[in-house]
Amino acid sequence: MCGIFGVMDKRRQVMDGSGIRQALSMMNERGSGEGAGYAAYGIYPDYQDCYALHVFFDNARESKAVVDATLEQWGTVEHDEAIPTYNQPNLRATSTPWRYFFRPDPSLAPGSASPEKDVITNLVMQINAGSNGAQVVSSGKNVGVFKAGGWPEDVANFYRIEDYEGYIWLAHNRYATKDPEKWERPDPFNLHDWSVVENGKITSYGTNRRYIESFGYTCSMSTDSEIITYLIDLLVRRHGLEINLAIRALAPPFWEDIDRMPKAERDLNRAIRLAYGSAAMNGPFTVVVANPDMMVGFTDRSKLRPMVVGECGDRLYISSEEAAIRALEPNVESITMPAAGEPVIGRVAP
Amino acid sequence: MNSNLGSMPFRYRVTIDRERCMECERCIENCSYGVFWRDGDRILINSRKCTACHRCLAYCPRDAISIEEHPCDYRNHPVWTRQIREAIYNQARTGKIILAGMGSVADLPVIFDHLMLDASQVTTPPTDPLREPVELRTYLGKKPSKLDLRRNSSGDIELATELAPNLMLETPIMLGHMSYGAISLNAQVSMARAAKETGTYMGTGEGGLHAGLYPYQDRMIVQVASGRFGVNIDYLERGAAIEIKLGQGAKPGIGGHLTGEKVSKDVSRTRMIPEGSDAISPAPHHDIYGIEDLSQLVRAIKEATEWKKPVFVKIAAVNNTAENVAAVARSSADAVVIDGFRGGTGAAPRVFRDHVGIPLEVAIASADRELCNQGLRNEVSLIACGGIRESADVAKAIVLGADAVYIGTAALVAMGCRVCGSCYQGLCPWGIATQRPDLVQRLDPDVASKQVANLIHAWTMEITELMGAAGVNSIESLRGNRDRLRGYMLDENLLDVLDVKPVGA
Repeated sequence: MCGIFGVMDKRRQVMDGSGIRQALSMMNERGSGEGAGYAAYGIYPDYQDCYALHVFFDNARESKAVVDATLEQWGTVEHDEAIPTYNQPNLRATSTPWRYFFRPDPSLAPGSASPEKDVITNLVMQINAGSNGAQVVSSGKNVGVFKAGGWPEDVANFYRIEDYEGYIWLAHNRYATKDPEKWERPDPFNLHDWSVVENGKITSYGTNRRYIESFGYTCSMSTDSEIITYLIDLLVRRHGLEINLAIRALAPPFWEDIDRMPKAERDLNRAIRLAYGSAAMNGPFTVVVANPDMMVGFTDRSKLRPMVVGECGDRLYISSEEAAIRALEPNVESITMPAAGEPVIGRVAP
Repeated sequence: MNSNLGSMPFRYRVTIDRERCMECERCIENCSYGVFWRDGDRILINSRKCTACHRCLAYCPRDAISIEEHPCDYRNHPVWTRQIREAIYNQARTGKIILAGMGSVADLPVIFDHLMLDASQVTTPPTDPLREPVELRTYLGKKPSKLDLRRNSSGDIELATELAPNLMLETPIMLGHMSYGAISLNAQVSMARAAKETGTYMGTGEGGLHAGLYPYQDRMIVQVASGRFGVNIDYLERGAAIEIKLGQGAKPGIGGHLTGEKVSKDVSRTRMIPEGSDAISPAPHHDIYGIEDLSQLVRAIKEATEWKKPVFVKIAAVNNTAENVAAVARSSADAVVIDGFRGGTGAAPRVFRDHVGIPLEVAIASADRELCNQGLRNEVSLIACGGIRESADVAKAIVLGADAVYIGTAALVAMGCRVCGSCYQGLCPWGIATQRPDLVQRLDPDVASKQVANLIHAWTMEITELMGAAGVNSIESLRGNRDRLRGYMLDENLLDVLDVKPVGA
């Protein structure tokens, strides 16, 4: 059991993090006080052409030297600094958060349709798989992930989350079952454009991991959200599926529903299940995914975990609980609970 | 032939409780091996002929018969076992290769029994198959690794990728290849009906397709083996899929063997071989001396059947299974069948049956790993066979990476087979592994087909329950999902090969 929350402004109007903090803390009953995290898009306008790398160092001297050397190998660091933090009585700092604004060298991924993202993908996996005391927790343009072990309020205060302004926010209130001391464990998980928060535990983890690793992704976190992020990156960025079809692959309809569809639709859905059977996720989950242009929520096909959707003006909200939405927007205009397997797709106006 | 060995201690002692016996002679009628006969007012017994097939026991109305194994002991010796000594006596007398029926009798640990399945508790809920869907539908054949899509004139997204032909199974359990000749037509018809009823498929084996099976041909996988028995264009066109048999788990590296006793007139016609002759298939296919030849044969068969049918390739599980499987995956074949060293057989040299090959569990795991590593997993389906004894074995094989399984011996047992291992004699009193008309007619397809279908239904329900308990509601999420398996008392190297963690980890 975890609490997840997402909000998006369709016209890129930014929100500071204070409301998100409050919304997430409404779901403390769903957490265990051992982890929380926030992801925000649009927070680094001054460096919007650079990939912002948020890194946790076990040791700011030795671990940082390794990361510096790796980055030098893959591109140019425009600027780097410690992420400002403010000690909280209930948080025991186990990592030093750092950020780099980085320009990858696209010539290092020849033949790729999106060379910069391939470089970022490779270097993030190289750093995270190595035992070097460094974990890259976010790596996209104009996006950052802020997370730590503790209650959502303490984590937000630790980073002064109200100092950041973004047009998409994802947040996660963790109910820890494993490695509660590790700051990189709570969601959001991020890889370049993509950020993912999940409430659930997929029973198909082994199958999905084998599948995604056969495409060159390295899973070092043992979390669902890591797998989900890579699956979406593979299906959308590398295989060119539209997001709704990618979700169809990850949470496919039952065969008996497919059998009843009109022919063209049936053929398409059957082909998706045949091609992506090993990517399909099983077990209980609600997932919210974002990239700079959209925010998407979907559940497992039996909807074993909650997903509430709110809309108000240009804002779209996706949450584990309605109370969180109302905490942020008391005058919310519509609240819906989509059926199992029915995705919610919100796009930012071009 | 003369020898100084005298007679061997007999294997089984048959006794009749004379108090209970009512001399109805059912034992005499039923025993095709000639154990019983009447002399005056007594039924006499020749225990030496007994194979422990239990036919007499099963049909004795008074439970008067009992059978005891090894009534006469040898001096106990851990190295010079009874089997070793008797094999030597046998070969000293005959100078021949010893033939044996059924699967390996080597007393080696069964890895399946050391693998424990998972179940959901608090972090994930179990699924209740009585009240929620749990999907076992399985497609066998090539899957696209990615899809090409296009927008049609009304703006809808349509599929542009053309899918290769796949077999659709309602359960991941298929009935394995046992040829007409090795088994009777009634046995084949019984299984074919069961396959139809349960939404699965059945293999013909290498003995051709008898006209009696034509009504079920859309459920038949027709086999092309090295002897090419019964193969012609009509045969290929009748099958739902075609399987090229390169190897067999019970006897890797050698061809099939049907003893002449079982080549009846009908078998001879179906196989297109002379009546009464031993049918010994060549060890290799003489048109396949390399992997490029296999891919030519696969494509030739596809061309002959207009690319409408999936083509499977079956190999025995041996040391370099991973490499062999990767080779087959590149040959245009649609599925690879891996037959483990416990696979059954009507007749195989004992030395092969008990000493050549590797366990199915290991072969499947390493094949799946190699296909994943080489990005070929979607190119072929993996079918496991050879030693699948119960529904848990099916589930474990799938977790180790198989898409589906074939069962052979288990289906025969469902029809009455007692695994006596005397199939090569052609005298099967259950009407299964025989061609003698009076024995064959003992097996009523109306009855036996129901028993086989019952078995498949029962296993299918058990697999559904196991999946539900694991919180998995579709079988593709079980396939290759090593997280849901733990090894109990397996050594570290074996765990590595299986890619399974030890219990407690």
